[in-house]
Amino acid sequence: MTSYFFILIGAVLVNNVVFVRILGLCPFMGVSKKLETAIGMGFATTFVLTVACGSSYLIDHYLLTPLGLSYLRTLCFIVVIAAIVQLTELVIQKTSPVLHQVLGIYLPLITTNCAVLGVPLLNVAAKHDLIASLLFGFGSSLGFTLALVLFAAMRERMDGADVPLPFRGTAIAMVTAGLMSLAFMGFAGLDKFK
Amino acid sequence: MNNSPFILAPASVTAVMLKVLGALLPGVVVYAWIFGPGVLVQIVLASLTALAAEAAMLAARGRPAGRFLADGSALVTAWLIALTFPPIAPWWITVGGTAFAIVVAKHLYGGLGQNPFNPAMVGFAVMIVAFPALMSQWPAQGLSAAEQIGLIFGAPRPLDAITAATALDALRTGLHESASAASVATVMASHPAFGQFAGRGWEWIALAYLAGGLYLLQQRLITWHIPVALLLGLGLTALPFWLADTAHYASPLFHLTAGASVLGAFFIATDPVSGATTPRGKLIYAAGIGVITWFVRAYGAYPDGIAFATLLMNICVPLIDMKTQPPVFGRKERR
Repeated sequence: MTSYFFILIGAVLVNNVVFVRILGLCPFMGVSKKLETAIGMGFATTFVLTVACGSSYLIDHYLLTPLGLSYLRTLCFIVVIAAIVQLTELVIQKTSPVLHQVLGIYLPLITTNCAVLGVPLLNVAAKHDLIASLLFGFGSSLGFTLALVLFAAMRERMDGADVPLPFRGTAIAMVTAGLMSLAFMGFAGLDKFK
Repeated sequence: MNNSPFILAPASVTAVMLKVLGALLPGVVVYAWIFGPGVLVQIVLASLTALAAEAAMLAARGRPAGRFLADGSALVTAWLIALTFPPIAPWWITVGGTAFAIVVAKHLYGGLGQNPFNPAMVGFAVMIVAFPALMSQWPAQGLSAAEQIGLIFGAPRPLDAITAATALDALRTGLHESASAASVATVMASHPAFGQFAGRGWEWIALAYLAGGLYLLQQRLITWHIPVALLLGLGLTALPFWLADTAHYASPLFHLTAGASVLGAFFIATDPVSGATTPRGKLIYAAGIGVITWFVRAYGAYPDGIAFATLLMNICVPLIDMKTQPPVFGRKERR
């Protein structure tokens, strides 16, 4: 039970998927200009990533490993993720056309969000069971959402700052992401203590 | 309370910064008296670096150097760096940390008043992540002035003879690395770094910072929200763990007097630029720093948590301010 708790803490804070593992930077930079879109993107990724982790575990554990096809793992995971993203897009289009409009190009781009492929692969590497896989996926995407929302709020405030010309826009955003990553270093070790 | 009519003193950034430096003085004096003059050398080093970096960045950005140099904000950053870095840190650590703080954390964001992160804490965090060993060596008791200055300017370091861990560090290694029999009491009894409540001498330094902080409060340069919420957040998180397991968790009093708690509560977290600005926001922001500090100290990998906790709550400040904006007068709560 406690080990599950530490998996969750580790995924959200200590090994934050954006700040520590440096995965999923494309949406992190692309969708963080406005707070509302960041929240929407966060929820969409949370859903996709959690489902992707569960189904990729089932496929890996019951299909690929017994048949000795583990070299097809990356390929299979990509196909599964693409299917789940399509499903999510259909659901969002029907339930919330506004959000669909806002997320625009970024929703199909979840397919190419390397965090969505990276986290299931990390799950396999860490030999997580089904519950741990789901928790790790859920925690990672919560960490992604947290990073995205905090970053969006910071960028909205920085819009008014007198940033030197060569650093306007993406450059200062990258510097900020680096400093946020530095701050998250403070959590190092929090998941090791039992 | 004053009665009306009020006579308003013209408030300038320079005056505010000078008062903050003045409020830091008792802490500096006690620090130098207990640990030796190393800290004074660090202050000179950090101040010179800060002014040079500030001047260079102002020149590069085409801003009037004289006016911004005279405002003293770079000096406050420099002093905070000198006070949080080890007094016997090699000179290039202090110079590098200060330059990073001024150039990256302050001027890339547009300079005074616009930096989202506390520059001094960015300098500290960068250096402790890059050079964890050098950043946690405090001078042992009775290290002479000449020896301290020699260490700063590159004398070889025959570790244990001259340096000592801080109380926080000694407690962490004592509890984590020795056998399970170790408890807070035995570690504190066996290690020379400990005094009455926490680190030997640190109680007096904390008391001196407290005096300076009360002066800032009296001058209304800071409000009560941040110091009170930070210290309460830290103390109230430490309390239940300490009550439940006295052997393995340090007391709230230890946490409040150890490390940079009081300095952080009155001088670091109260930075008006990178901190929260609404009254309710200040409470959330500072309590968050206190809680995170405790967790980093108790479970984390770094000796003190104030710097990381401040940076982490700096990240949350735009969101906190947005959500705690007081309603416009005459209207009900928004939405």
